[in-house]
Amino acid sequence: MTVHAQPNGVKLEIRGVHKAFDDTPVLVDVALTVAPHDVVCLIGSSGSGKSTLLKCVNLLVPIDSGQIVLDGIDITSPEVNPNQIRESMGIVFQAFNLFPHMRVIDNITLGPRKVHGIGREQAEGKAMQLLEGFGLADKAHEYPDRLSGGQQQRVAIVRALASEPELMLLDEVTSALDPELVAEVLNVIRGLKQEGMTMVIATHEMGFARDVADRVCFLDAGRILEQAPPQQLFTDPQEPRTRQFLQRIVDAGRL
Amino acid sequence: MTQSPIDEVERRGPQTLWPRRPPRAREEGARGALIAAVSTVIVFGLILWVVLTSEAWPAVQRQFFNWFHFRESFPDVLSGFWLDVRMFLVAEVLILGIALVVAMIRALRGPAFLPLRVIVVAYIDLIRGVPILLLILLLGFGVPALQLPGVPNSRLFWGITALVISYAAYTAEVYRAGIESVHESQRMSARSIGLTQGQSLRYVIVPQAVRNVIPALLNGFISLQKDVALVFVLGVREALREADIYNARTFNYTSYIAAAVLFLLVSVPVARFTDWYTERDRRRKQAMST
Repeated sequence: MTVHAQPNGVKLEIRGVHKAFDDTPVLVDVALTVAPHDVVCLIGSSGSGKSTLLKCVNLLVPIDSGQIVLDGIDITSPEVNPNQIRESMGIVFQAFNLFPHMRVIDNITLGPRKVHGIGREQAEGKAMQLLEGFGLADKAHEYPDRLSGGQQQRVAIVRALASEPELMLLDEVTSALDPELVAEVLNVIRGLKQEGMTMVIATHEMGFARDVADRVCFLDAGRILEQAPPQQLFTDPQEPRTRQFLQRIVDAGRL
Repeated sequence: MTQSPIDEVERRGPQTLWPRRPPRAREEGARGALIAAVSTVIVFGLILWVVLTSEAWPAVQRQFFNWFHFRESFPDVLSGFWLDVRMFLVAEVLILGIALVVAMIRALRGPAFLPLRVIVVAYIDLIRGVPILLLILLLGFGVPALQLPGVPNSRLFWGITALVISYAAYTAEVYRAGIESVHESQRMSARSIGLTQGQSLRYVIVPQAVRNVIPALLNGFISLQKDVALVFVLGVREALREADIYNARTFNYTSYIAAAVLFLLVSVPVARFTDWYTERDRRRKQAMST
């Protein structure tokens, strides 16, 4: 699975980010540095701010204060063009990623054709290459509703890769899937890590986080309470709240 | 000896416990159709009998359902109706286009678009709050009376313009409901692959939105198809005006019935088509979600 050009690796720095929806704080003084080629997993209960943080990095949600710096450029400054910044990142959500009225191939080529002005033939050639690399070539001309949930999420990842991002943001991409479809999606993400993709992943799959992450961050009520390499965070958490969260996961048989 | 359903399944196999269409249901279906037919004949027969035997009927028939006057008035009413149909077609195309632009402007986000959004919301609120007949009179008589150079002074032109302005406001709200029915992740996905707001709307949101509101748009077709007759107040010689002229000359109302028949010939098939389409759409969505 080396059809994807080797990513250069990009450094992401999140500095003192605050975000509130109306009067409810969702991110409180969040600081996080992701080194090039690193994979950082965000864990924490629903509503802890994982999704919002990813959407802030992708500039889909404006922050209230703080800075998000990508390779030395403050992407939250009003002078940058958010459309340009987004091109260098890929984001995949929990569900409803694919455009249901377009075939798989058109989903993938829409960005390259309309944003980068690449011709249809060239864009489709590249899309087919990507699809072949992910074992989805035979689905190219299907509509999304003909695909399984796992296939849909893999196509969504392929679509994000089509604009050759330096940074991938994955927002609970397996949460809406049937259990037997989770592995195929996680394997794709493992493949991306091997190629050196820089990634920030919000996930409820603790086993996967332990496996793939260089660092794991535990978010609680909009704060990063604790961040550490996975071995340390999962075996010897320092914060009582982290211990409590992990204990519940263990009790539920999910770790 | 009583048998549990489980025994029954073992004895007869799973197919036979709940056959697709048990014979009894088929019999009931046939009986139901018979009852429906008989009761329909009785009810409608009674209504007809009451109407036709009433003392007032000869007068009603003479004034409303007079074959002679129907034939006499029909050619003029029909040629007027042809004008209605053309007005409807021109207006509908303009309405669908203008309303879509209005709805897309309303859906734009970000502070830079605030003035545009204010204009659009004001337009929708003002126009929807004013009787359509008032708009037709105001533009149809008012604007030509100004005798502005370079401005058309045809009442027909301004009548259609009033219809378009009014209907576009309503239709824009129909489109807006469609745009809001598309999942937020779709918008975010579109933006995340680098599309601008306008491109996201054009390629991703609007195609799905329009599909979601086709039944509501068809409903608007039916409504406009009749409302074009409102321009008769401007003296435009469409079907209703022709019927009116005939009535003024003969004091017989059959000409109105002739006009009504023509409007119904168009609106009833469209109404049936809307129902059929909505039902098919609902079935498809159900099939997809299972």
